[in-house]
Amino acid sequence: MTGRRRTVPPATAVRLVAQRELSARLRTRGFLIGTAVILAVLAGYLLFQANLASNAGRTTVGLTGQAVAVAEPLRAGAQQAGLDVETRRIADPERGAEQVRAGELDALVSGSPANLRVQVKSELDQQLEALLNGISGQEVLRAKLLQAGLNPAEVLSDVGSASVEVSAFERTDPAQGQRLVIALVMMFLLYMGITTYGSLVAQGIVEEKSSRVVEILLSTVRPWHLLLGKVIGLGLTGLTQLAILGAAGLAMASATGVLTITGIATTTLLWGLLWFVLGFFLYATVFAAAGSLVSRQEDVQTVLTPVSMVLLVGFIAGFSVVQEPEGTTATVLSLVPPLSPILMPSRIATGSAGPLEVAAALVLTLAAIAALTWLGGRVYHAAILRTGTRVSLKDALTR
Amino acid sequence: MGDRTLEIDRVSKRFGKVTALDSVTFDVRPGELFGFVGSNGAGKTTTMRIVLGVLAADSGEVRFDGAAVTHETRTRIGYLPEERGLYPKMKVLDQLVYLAQLHGFSANEAHRGAESWIERLGLAERRGDEVQKLSLGNQQRVQLAAALVHEPDVLVLDEPFSGLDPIAVDVMSDVLREKAATGVPVVFSSHQLDLVERLCDRVGIIRSGQIVACDSVSGLTAGAASRITVLAPDAPAGWAAHLPGVRVLSENGDGTLVELAPDIDDQTVLAAALATGPVREFTRHHPSLTELFRSAVTGEAAS
Repeated sequence: MTGRRRTVPPATAVRLVAQRELSARLRTRGFLIGTAVILAVLAGYLLFQANLASNAGRTTVGLTGQAVAVAEPLRAGAQQAGLDVETRRIADPERGAEQVRAGELDALVSGSPANLRVQVKSELDQQLEALLNGISGQEVLRAKLLQAGLNPAEVLSDVGSASVEVSAFERTDPAQGQRLVIALVMMFLLYMGITTYGSLVAQGIVEEKSSRVVEILLSTVRPWHLLLGKVIGLGLTGLTQLAILGAAGLAMASATGVLTITGIATTTLLWGLLWFVLGFFLYATVFAAAGSLVSRQEDVQTVLTPVSMVLLVGFIAGFSVVQEPEGTTATVLSLVPPLSPILMPSRIATGSAGPLEVAAALVLTLAAIAALTWLGGRVYHAAILRTGTRVSLKDALTR
Repeated sequence: MGDRTLEIDRVSKRFGKVTALDSVTFDVRPGELFGFVGSNGAGKTTTMRIVLGVLAADSGEVRFDGAAVTHETRTRIGYLPEERGLYPKMKVLDQLVYLAQLHGFSANEAHRGAESWIERLGLAERRGDEVQKLSLGNQQRVQLAAALVHEPDVLVLDEPFSGLDPIAVDVMSDVLREKAATGVPVVFSSHQLDLVERLCDRVGIIRSGQIVACDSVSGLTAGAASRITVLAPDAPAGWAAHLPGVRVLSENGDGTLVELAPDIDDQTVLAAALATGPVREFTRHHPSLTELFRSAVTGEAAS
């Protein structure tokens, strides 16, 4: 007989349990397929956005006859005004008109530069109209200046350099739209991640309970170590998935040109990962406690519903928070610990959460984690070995 | 008592109004195979779960090596639960390695231990399969390997033989004998009483939460009434009826079956038979454990 004492140190026990969870989850087909599906959805959404962005803003103008000469000033003027205008040379005015009717061309410009005629399907874009009026006007002006013996180039350059000086009290962020998209995507990923991996904690615990393997495990490992290892292992799995999705999403969005604010997006992703860790730990022990109350997989859903509901409320509230991230409701909701992990990252993404608010949310969430971990651990400890019928919460807490 | 004896000392447990265990007391000595028998619901599993700390006793104490069993002691117990406990989706080898590591083995030691038990229990071809895909008998072998993989100092096995084929029963018996030979106290429960009789050094019989008998098989049977078949062709009917301490159970052409009170010398029966003429057969039957068990659990022979 060896007779040596071989009790595992707590840290080793937790590490072993966590490792098992990690390798049991990362290697499964479910993880790979799940990640791939979410990536595909994300890619689809981004391509849709990219397509929308590139088509919506673009105006195609057909030029025919003498009007071909305005192509250069039209493009230059459009660029200055922030319009995306593509010019096309149209040989046959009749066919050009056809194309306008068919919607292939947004406008067909004909006539001399000083006297332009525009054909459109229903109405002319106001900015384009102003642009064409300007060009026409300049043409007339150029002719008049020549008549007066002045150098049109000099005069026009003087005219061009005269502009009003604008001083704004508040700067509008040109990237507000993109921030909104980032906030929504982040919120969705966090909601999905916390719900999915939280449920996996509960299911894993019920699996151990229903297969009675927990009886063998608990003869060598303490309940706390088992619980902690499980939560850490699944948390790391979730974090890995979120990081993969975030990084891939970011790369795709930058590549397709949907995102031009990569810096902000990266910061948001990092915040998102931190909030995932916090949110997961906040909910994991609650999910664990709920799972430990039942002994059969069929009963899991019943005990998980109340927990999932809280997350769902946060997710739904998130849509209005994103709409108006600076409002009082948004601020208050994002400071409530169970909702912070989903709402705060969105507010950070939209740039409306001050450092003080973020710090307050962090502190409150950490406090809530401590309280819920203590409570959840107690329930788990009391209920994990009680197989058979569902253990009531009162029973678990009073023992 | 020290020196690696497992002692169950006046352990009681109630579930609501039902008394599951009533001051259960027995000990399992080092190197001993102890058979724990009783009807369904008598308290075998409850007792074992209390030894493992899966259940808490209401009163009484479990000691090993002279000291109360703690979490540290329990890590040195090999446990085979009645309702099998393994991860259904984990592979056989991974599962055993994991359990060995949780018991403080290094990765290398754990692999060596797991591989050697897999080999020993004839699971080599199944080592990469998920446990849920194995037959019940093979799952049971894995379960036994799980109880043994950390070289425990005590073995507590709940129904290790149920569902095994005869070959597996032999393998299991050999392994248990071998472990006991290294000085490990082994306690197991079983309904296969012939097996218990053949294998065990001592047997404890539990009825309704109380130990009603606890001794070696020969010790248990020695005190019991024994039966004798006598074939004396010329003997008149009722020849044995008047003998003191002898009860005639049956009498026909094949012979006479009598039951002797424990303190009656069987030679008086033989002398009486010879007095009637030639005696062709004189066979003494030792009561089997099954018979003892029946009378013990029905309460007739409660000592």
